[in-house]
Amino acid sequence: MCTYSTEHVPATGSGKGADGWFRLSEVSVYFDHPAHALADHTLNLDFINPAKGPSARVAVELTAQTARDLAKAIETALAAAPPGLA
Amino acid sequence: MNEALTAETVMMKAHDGAEVEAYLARPDGVESFGSVVVIHHLPGYDSATKEITRKFAAHGYAALMPNLYHRDSPGASPDDAAAAARAKGGVPDEQVVGDAGGAAAYLRGLPGSNGKVGVIGYCSGGRQSFLVACSLQFDAAVDCYGGAVVHVPEGAPASMKPLIGMSENLSCPLLGLFGADDQFPTPAETAELSRTLDTFAKPHEFHTFNGAGHAFFSVDRPSYRVEAAVEGWDKIWAFFGQHLAAGE
Repeated sequence: MCTYSTEHVPATGSGKGADGWFRLSEVSVYFDHPAHALADHTLNLDFINPAKGPSARVAVELTAQTARDLAKAIETALAAAPPGLA
Repeated sequence: MNEALTAETVMMKAHDGAEVEAYLARPDGVESFGSVVVIHHLPGYDSATKEITRKFAAHGYAALMPNLYHRDSPGASPDDAAAAARAKGGVPDEQVVGDAGGAAAYLRGLPGSNGKVGVIGYCSGGRQSFLVACSLQFDAAVDCYGGAVVHVPEGAPASMKPLIGMSENLSCPLLGLFGADDQFPTPAETAELSRTLDTFAKPHEFHTFNGAGHAFFSVDRPSYRVEAAVEGWDKIWAFFGQHLAAGE
């Protein structure tokens, strides 16, 4: 199915795309068909800067399990940072 | 049928007079042919859908697939363009109708066109095929597992409306190809659509394949189901052969 649902996260940071590093302005998060991963549906992350055009994008397609593991790992890494840093 | 064809990228007049990119495939050595507007799926104007477009030409039809994402992402790779379109909330229905109408006009203007034009779409394009056939005059339409026709899924853009209320305006016979295991649309939804079309005496032919879910035609995805796909293509050739009168 096409899920259509998309979470939009305003972003501050950088990503490295096909043309090198660029400043990010947004992350799109959605569970839908992948373009490349061998799965019917994946958790897709598009790290983008629309002001720089559609090719300013770092794309990741993860299985649902990998996505959940990643979400936990991100929280763990942030919690492990020294007080005041994260 | 010798399956010889010519395929190329062209520019066509689309919604609101915009010039957009489209992929054209034409049969070679055929004096008169029917035509098909191909509507790509949400992942965009990609190689897999271009392959489908060429398949129609190999079977004697001219086929044109407009790039629904071209306006905002000219020159971008299909996946980048699809992501950009998604980030903007998708393509408005009125633009899809305008682009498909432009594609149909382009096809009718080709030397050798017999004037008959069908429309086919896959996944989101299946929904859009129904939309277009309820909005413009076509000779035949095929909806391949288009969701959000009867019910719009949770989280869809607010601009996306169910289309079943447009059934009375369906302009041509409709072939529906669905998977029994699909959740969008469910077999219950396609049955509801069939009943509604019956109410308005709209000719339609629905097939729901066991052992298949969504996107069973997609040869480059794990959802591919060879039995449903092969039988589905046979249904398409018979349907377009009947309504578009193209040489086989």
